[in-house]
Amino acid sequence: MGVAIIGASMTKFGQRDAWLQSLLAQAGEECLDDAGVTPADVEHLYVSNMASGEFEGQTGVMNALAHDLGVLPAYSERVDQTSSSGGAGIYEAWQSVASGASEMTLLVGGEKMTHKTTGQATDIIASITHPAEYKHGVTLPSFAGMTARHYLERFDAPRESLARVAVKNHKNGVDNPKAQFQKEITMEKALESPIIADPLRLYDFCPITDGSAALLFTTEERAKELTDEYAVVSGIGGATDTHVVHERDDPTIMGGVVDSSEAAYEMAGIGPDDLDVAELHDMFTILEFLQLEGIGVAEQGTAWELATDGTTQKDGELPINTSGGLKSKGHPLGASGVAQGVEIYEQLVGEAGPRQVEAETGLACNVGGFGNCVITTIMEAR
Amino acid sequence: MSMDAHRCPNGHVTYPGHTLCPTCGEEQTETIDLSELTGEVVTWTTSTATPPGVREPNTLAFVEFDVDGEAVRALGQVTTDEIETGDEVEPVYVEELRDPEVGLKAGESDQEWDGYRFSPTQ
Repeated sequence: MGVAIIGASMTKFGQRDAWLQSLLAQAGEECLDDAGVTPADVEHLYVSNMASGEFEGQTGVMNALAHDLGVLPAYSERVDQTSSSGGAGIYEAWQSVASGASEMTLLVGGEKMTHKTTGQATDIIASITHPAEYKHGVTLPSFAGMTARHYLERFDAPRESLARVAVKNHKNGVDNPKAQFQKEITMEKALESPIIADPLRLYDFCPITDGSAALLFTTEERAKELTDEYAVVSGIGGATDTHVVHERDDPTIMGGVVDSSEAAYEMAGIGPDDLDVAELHDMFTILEFLQLEGIGVAEQGTAWELATDGTTQKDGELPINTSGGLKSKGHPLGASGVAQGVEIYEQLVGEAGPRQVEAETGLACNVGGFGNCVITTIMEAR
Repeated sequence: MSMDAHRCPNGHVTYPGHTLCPTCGEEQTETIDLSELTGEVVTWTTSTATPPGVREPNTLAFVEFDVDGEAVRALGQVTTDEIETGDEVEPVYVEELRDPEVGLKAGESDQEWDGYRFSPTQ
């Protein structure tokens, strides 16, 4: 059964006073409004969230949201796949409609993080690691530092190419009123910012963020009745890589990206050359390169050239992270994969405003952990 | 204390161990103590933004060991921030790699806190 997306919304990302429950409710309500669908029509509700229990001592958030939005007695479920919870939510929502189990599925992703110190938030995120890794105080940023060093040394890539990713995504974020940062940065600022995980500096990392995003899924048949403009999920794939990061044969290959994108391309019947726009999980600048290579847009060790020659700029051949990416839009863990879907949807139905590019086919790649779990979604305009 | 890599009957080696070999699905039946070997730094970083209870800065490395011709890697803290890719290092025992009383896993029984740091041999 063809699965369509007919509504999208996101709250302002950034430092928010609101707690998770009300952030989710805000995005959920706006998404239903966007599609002109009433709460009573919702049959399944999925809430993508990594760690509400650890961040704010609140569990059962899918139940809270179902009650707050008045979608009872809809089936509800919380989806946790760490940073790729949002992408996993897209997968669940797609499955629910494709299988015929639900004709109207609301997906809301969210996280509330900024009330914790950076150290506490880093520790919560680092708790996804194997105990043999955790005891060494490893953090996701330190995995990024080790991977970036290996990439730069092995492929003789210039350090500046990573800064270009940050500069590009900040530039894109200026046009996104929902982004945490709507501020351009210079190469100098990126390259002279404090070291966080050598060779990576502050501007190679996404911020800590509160926020929520939502998408509404239905059958293509129903979508045609409800609206003229919608997108379809034409391909989707999910894959899992090693839990222990150092056990991967090649630190520069994200196996989950390769496997999930291959599955998504196969389902959609397209290849990397057919993409018009993509949202990649730039939690760290180096990840934009690894994903461009993993989804088959660039050969191994060459994606840095696309940042340097302008290919991935908004006016380039394949615009990457027109939303500003995690880098400038922010990264409220469970919301991020959903927000990637929101951007691709808005690009495909022509609702991206000043960020609009010409696009019929878009891809979103949502990465959990350090590539541990990955969901790749391909959407097409209808 | 030892730093045990685990080997299945087909010769695949992992550190740490798994219930079943990730490569072939056989049970891992043998251990090899990596703390008695030297390894080579594959890549490293010095992290300056560490979680509560972790030393700051925290230099970490991926180190590759050769176990009877099979490459096996480990992640660990490094004793110094004077380190380069390709350096030869040896594991050195440390009682507390991070403060067991602090952080999300404080007091959790399945979390070990001691282990090995990598020290350059020269």
